Amino acid sequence: MLTYLARRVLVLLVTLLVASLAIFIVLEVLPGDAALLILGIEAQDDTLAALRTQMGLDRPAALRYLAWIGGLASGTTGISHTYDVPVSQLIGERLTLTVPLALIALLVSTLIAIPLGMFAATRRGRPGDYGVMGFSQIGMAIPNFWFAILSILIFAVALGWFPASGFPGWDAGLGTALWALVLPALSLALPEAAILARVTRTSVLDTLGADYVRTARAKGLAPRRVLWGHVLRNALIPMTTIIGLQFAFLLAGSIVIEAVFALPGVGRLIFQAVSQRDLVVLRDVILLLVTLVVVVNFLVDVAYTAIDPRTRRGS
Amino acid sequence: MKTMRIAAAIAVASGLAFLATPGAQAQQKDSLTIGLTLEPPHLDPTAGAAAAIDEIVYANLFEGLTRIDDNGAVQPQLAESWDVSGDGLVYTFTLQDGVKFHDGTNFDADDVVFSLDRARADGSVNAQKQLFAAIDTVEAVDARTARITLSRPEGALLFNLGWGDAVMVARESAATNKVAPIGTGPFKFDRWVRGSQIRLVATDDTRAIRKVTFRFVPDPSAQIAALKAGDIDAVSNLQAPEAVIALQADPNFEVAIGSTEGETILAMNNSRAPLNDIRVRQAIAHAIDRQAIIDGAMFGFGTPIGTHFAPHHPAYVDLIATYPHDPARARALLADAGQSDLKLTLKLPPPTYARRGGEIVAAQLKEAGITVEIIPVEWAQWLEQVFRGTDYDLTIVSHTEPVDIGIYARDTYYFNYDSPSLKALMARLNNTSDQAARNRILGQAQRTITSDSVSAYMFQLAKLGVWRKGLKGMWRNAPVQATDVTGVRWE
Repeated sequence: MLTYLARRVLVLLVTLLVASLAIFIVLEVLPGDAALLILGIEAQDDTLAALRTQMGLDRPAALRYLAWIGGLASGTTGISHTYDVPVSQLIGERLTLTVPLALIALLVSTLIAIPLGMFAATRRGRPGDYGVMGFSQIGMAIPNFWFAILSILIFAVALGWFPASGFPGWDAGLGTALWALVLPALSLALPEAAILARVTRTSVLDTLGADYVRTARAKGLAPRRVLWGHVLRNALIPMTTIIGLQFAFLLAGSIVIEAVFALPGVGRLIFQAVSQRDLVVLRDVILLLVTLVVVVNFLVDVAYTAIDPRTRRGS
Repeated sequence: MKTMRIAAAIAVASGLAFLATPGAQAQQKDSLTIGLTLEPPHLDPTAGAAAAIDEIVYANLFEGLTRIDDNGAVQPQLAESWDVSGDGLVYTFTLQDGVKFHDGTNFDADDVVFSLDRARADGSVNAQKQLFAAIDTVEAVDARTARITLSRPEGALLFNLGWGDAVMVARESAATNKVAPIGTGPFKFDRWVRGSQIRLVATDDTRAIRKVTFRFVPDPSAQIAALKAGDIDAVSNLQAPEAVIALQADPNFEVAIGSTEGETILAMNNSRAPLNDIRVRQAIAHAIDRQAIIDGAMFGFGTPIGTHFAPHHPAYVDLIATYPHDPARARALLADAGQSDLKLTLKLPPPTYARRGGEIVAAQLKEAGITVEIIPVEWAQWLEQVFRGTDYDLTIVSHTEPVDIGIYARDTYYFNYDSPSLKALMARLNNTSDQAARNRILGQAQRTITSDSVSAYMFQLAKLGVWRKGLKGMWRNAPVQATDVTGVRWE
């Protein structure tokens, strides 16, 4: 197990190094001059040159790459070109919104999807199954930004239950802050729940047909215990894979939802950094998301071994 | 079955959204929340071109020697009066007495010298450095008197000093103004929750508005939802013209349709064949139906223009009739120029006026026999490729600097237009300070660029202000990019 973990960590580090190089090269060839963007159409050659020097853009690319990686290795990030504050501070502020939002959305989607999927599987071909499948179809078909706008119109504008947009910050009180995240979390969770419900149903149906389920039933176990103890546990592997993928998607894919709800999250930061050509911010945020995705995949792999003893023996 | 029920629930709920009236919110009468589309990168108006900076700090937090009011006129600000020497070369400003920066230090003539010298220094990163090009020296005569000596007459100096890029800053705080701005205005910086909001508070307890919060709401439909839900009180320039008619009908809101300094033009690369042929440029000007673009792209909001000048300005000359919409005439001009089956590219930056307007322009040019390939670009790309690299045939952009016809006289500008007669006119303008004479020269300049058909002139961008009923004193027009709340109050 230890060598397995060590090997995984090594793979993780190499992945990140390759990713950092790819990120740097892509951002290098991206058209657009950050200095020009800051100074606008009245910029003059001398002011542009002064700003480029100030931003360190006049140094060779290889040197800037090494400075970046070296800085990260020693735990320091650059200073954002546009905001003029350390990138770590910018990202830190944004993560306190995006990570809780993604976790809430993931929790909501899992809590909706697993019972629904199991319900549908046990009622295969009956109205309940069609109902769940219908919900799943609609949930996948509705674009999340449209659902977000609709929910704002209904619950914020018409009923006034929730704020229409924005985030008061955690220092405004846990309740107030969580309240502002309800609609965004629901909008994020709905399509994910729809997909997960479908995967759960298929996965449970597959296990329901397995020999050991028939055996469990034959030895007289209550249907409920068969379902939760034997079927669900065996159906969990594909579901865990999907949940892991969804968490990565929820983190990175919240750009649209954060724009609709005007939330100061990582998605907004990426969007702003791209449009401002704030490459110092951009490369760190992208690398962070890569890290999160890689780490989540790693955790999913570890979870497999916890769920399924056979994979433990295999390694 | 379940599907049906969910669908019915959504239908009922959407119906509710239109029937129900927004819950009346108890309005605190001394605070104001304004929705902005873009978050500023930082808060130093002397170190960046981003309009979002001025939209927060102009007049509210930072002040200049002069200021520009709602109608675009120059008013005294930190300079209470000034004298101009007979040759127009020496400006002597008498400063207001007793003005303090927000950190408690005094504002005096030394700050004027520091601010202007910093803006025009060699290592300056001021986005509008050309505003100060004519200044030779800035001196402090005494604590309340500052003298600016010019190397050549500059008729627009007082106007230039009213720009956000020319505000007064203090030596002690200039370096940190980006994150902790220290100005002389009636509101001081309180707090910035990045990505979310910036709050300013009044320095004086007796002000009608004590707290101003600028909330960043990037999406236009989210802005409208936030207005209706009572999260924000005002949007000074709504980016969704399609929503204005519904808001006009809403008794809770006031809609003010004003003018901006944004001449929205179809710019042409004058040095690239076949656009270097004036007949081709004139054909394009004839092919454009301005009203159709305004109606189609801006839902009718916008004023047609026939030259690069704002219609609300006294020097404006109406030249719309020079190139009336006439596809047949456009075809004839193209045939005359030997152009059949002409293909051009049209690069479009992100704003609505460009992306929506571009589709309509392409259709109109097609009618005149020109095939247009639309290439959407981001701002960063537009600046680098179109503006600096002049690698384009056609583009649509709004020029938002006030009275900026002088760009046509520059040696290197992305129009690639070179006219000795226009350069001579602009040189004369710089040496003229009499307003009537200046206006005559500006009129001649407008005629010159229109008869050369440098660009196809489309429309002046409208400013679509929306705010809650009872809010008074918001700007109707946008002569500079600002959300000046110094005169705002609740009634």
